[in-house]
Amino acid sequence: MGEVFVAGVSMLKFGRYKDRDVTDLGGEACLKALDDAGLTMRDVQYMAAGCLLQANAMVGQRILHEIGQTGIPVVNVANACATGSTAFREAYYAVASGEIDVALAVGVEQMGKAGLLGGGGGSGVRTEGVVGSGLMPAVFGQAGMEHMRKFGTTPEQFAKVAVKNHGHAVRNPLSQYQVETPLEQVMAARMVAYPNTLLMCCPSGDGAAAAVVVSAKKARELGVTVRVRASVLTSDPWTERDLTQPDVNTLTRNAATIAWERAGLGPDDVDLVELHDCFATAELLHYENLGLCKDGEAGRMIDEGETTHGGRVPVNVSGGLLSKGHPLGATGVANIYEIVQHLRGRAGERQVPNAKVGLAHVIGLGSACTINVLST
Amino acid sequence: MSDSPASGPATQGRRPIVPFLRLPESGEPFLAGQRCDGCGAVYLGRRQACAKCLGRGPFREVPLSRTGELYVWSIVHQSFPGVPVPYVVGVVDLPEGVSVRCNLIDVQPDPTALHFGMKVEMTTGVSQQDKEGNDVVAFYFRPARN
Repeated sequence: MGEVFVAGVSMLKFGRYKDRDVTDLGGEACLKALDDAGLTMRDVQYMAAGCLLQANAMVGQRILHEIGQTGIPVVNVANACATGSTAFREAYYAVASGEIDVALAVGVEQMGKAGLLGGGGGSGVRTEGVVGSGLMPAVFGQAGMEHMRKFGTTPEQFAKVAVKNHGHAVRNPLSQYQVETPLEQVMAARMVAYPNTLLMCCPSGDGAAAAVVVSAKKARELGVTVRVRASVLTSDPWTERDLTQPDVNTLTRNAATIAWERAGLGPDDVDLVELHDCFATAELLHYENLGLCKDGEAGRMIDEGETTHGGRVPVNVSGGLLSKGHPLGATGVANIYEIVQHLRGRAGERQVPNAKVGLAHVIGLGSACTINVLST
Repeated sequence: MSDSPASGPATQGRRPIVPFLRLPESGEPFLAGQRCDGCGAVYLGRRQACAKCLGRGPFREVPLSRTGELYVWSIVHQSFPGVPVPYVVGVVDLPEGVSVRCNLIDVQPDPTALHFGMKVEMTTGVSQQDKEGNDVVAFYFRPARN
């Protein structure tokens, strides 16, 4: 396998684009990433596009109809919330195979106000609220309750995740929200599914992000130094209750183990982490899953500010999904955008000083987990 | 059915909300598991091969206990339009080694009323009618009474 570098990235501010569509948003992200890399569609040899809600609608090709029909191979991927990061991984492997030098990954989504409730059956018989809940806030609420059961984690500790990430977002102009939320406000907000209040749930929205990945040879030509040290995808293995209550932990742990091994790095080496905080409860679980702390220490970690900007290992300095937003297909590529900007020293006011290694993690329920480790 | 009455579907009978809820002619309703002969893993619903040991079974149907322990829970305050809130949901561990997702009834939607590991028992009730007018019988769990 050849080495793979990131030559260019882009991200459109997450939010609502009522007068635009996914090809328009995705096309803009692609062109900006190409501009960032100093390349054009003429240089691109492979494209992977992720758009979950239009998974059957050839979004990648439709984007090329707007920005350049060069006849290259295009794949459209769908992998729940890991859709964008799976597209990135497809582009990574296309280059790593040695067959090509330049690939483009794009993630785009237009959700309107659909929200992350998810679920819904077609049988005409309602099961939600009868046979438990398949709604995402409840699923991740229960995942947090499991942590509470095992380690005595408190609702307040989960709420502190929202305080931190909304606080981080103030310094990210591309974040959907840029408003600080004190602890009292988070805890007093309307309850969605215990223990997650409204401010502990990510918003729905629209957005797009893109990345250009290149071979070592092309990277030398372009003077590019950000390298993908590992690009890992796992699915949920059999675990005791996974089929009843999706187990978001084991597949993340598996992915982290593989990622650290492939990268030749460990949790102590990482300067910043963008992880999948779709709900505040999820973030604390992943501190342990990614090895940022020992099992049972996530509550202490948030209490002591270790994951706040300036702390031992800053997590979600972009504002995370909670504040930056979570347009499903765009999220995984946007996480990589964030890491790359820090590694290049271009993250502006929120720059993590001297960032050398970053990790981007995404979970898609059903389940899929991606971890990308990047370094300068 | 072209000959259904114009006044709306009549009650035809009853059906379970999920295939693994069994409604015997006589005796109490129960949940049915499929147990892998190879490794003993129990599933709700049929399997072609075992997700745990990869064996092709065979799978034997086992009636599951009507009592279990509450593993985790949540209280849902926002749901699909038309679904009454709040409601209490949870995951119940059954002694046969399988867990089941459910609504919890006869308990206040209040975090102080719910405990990890609390003993719960299954009950059933008509949740709704389907398009054909059948009563759709659902299972619920409630705090155990003894």
